[in-house]
Amino acid sequence: MIDLIHIFLFTFLAIIAIVVIRMRDLFAAVMLMGIFSLLSASLFTVMDAVDVAFTEASVGAGISTILMLATLSLTTSKESTLYQRPRPLALVVVVLTGAALVYATFDMPRYGDAAAPINHHVADYYIARTMDDTGVPNMVTAILASYRGYDTFGETTVIFTACVGVMLLLGGARTFYRWRRREDAGDPEPRP
Amino acid sequence: MMGAFAAATAALLVCMAMTLVRSILGPTVFDRVLAVNSFGTKTVLLIAVYGFLSGRPEFLDLALVYALMNFIGTIAVMKFTRFNDLAGMEENDEEVY
Repeated sequence: MIDLIHIFLFTFLAIIAIVVIRMRDLFAAVMLMGIFSLLSASLFTVMDAVDVAFTEASVGAGISTILMLATLSLTTSKESTLYQRPRPLALVVVVLTGAALVYATFDMPRYGDAAAPINHHVADYYIARTMDDTGVPNMVTAILASYRGYDTFGETTVIFTACVGVMLLLGGARTFYRWRRREDAGDPEPRP
Repeated sequence: MMGAFAAATAALLVCMAMTLVRSILGPTVFDRVLAVNSFGTKTVLLIAVYGFLSGRPEFLDLALVYALMNFIGTIAVMKFTRFNDLAGMEENDEEVY
């Protein structure tokens, strides 16, 4: 049953990818990319990578779609068909790269293999000691918030600073002009 | 009981396929927006049903958060199609610049 879900979701993904490439209406392409992200998020969930799935759903289906739509509202939403000559060399390069990547997956440990190196590097220590060291019942939360606490704190600081900077750059000018217009209209309001 | 969940999953996958067809064919913008919205709903349902199917009902929390995010995302997309802006129109707000 679970294999069947995988097959269906991957088929949907492939269909959407091909349709997005063929589509000339960019708004529809953005919408389809949103569906693509939702599908990837379901696939990640089905493969037990819940946190990755959540990031994919919020960034891929949420923020990226909005950013793309914002870009489309500044430009036109029809793709230019100026450079549509067929390029056989590009096809060869893409097929070769894909074949190399598929060949590389043969060396990877099987999905969920308990003997894989990734499951024995520091995982054993975390599994054995998390409860004694931190007292947090969820292991992933314990690693993110306690073992890598400074790292997570730094990340959060960086994202917060970037967010404030973007808001000041994008929203600051607009607020400034709004204040000035109100002052011109005889509605003085203290400027900070 | 497991058979019921399996049947629900199969029905959801069929629904996803139909929504996908509408989002690919959909002649107008609103067909596609609606298709994305209902595809998000299908994702929420699939995650919820899959949680029960694999014996981990905790996935239900995740599905709830997805539902909230889907709602906010659709609102944002609709605002963009209507106003070309996330803020929308304020009262007596003709042109800012």
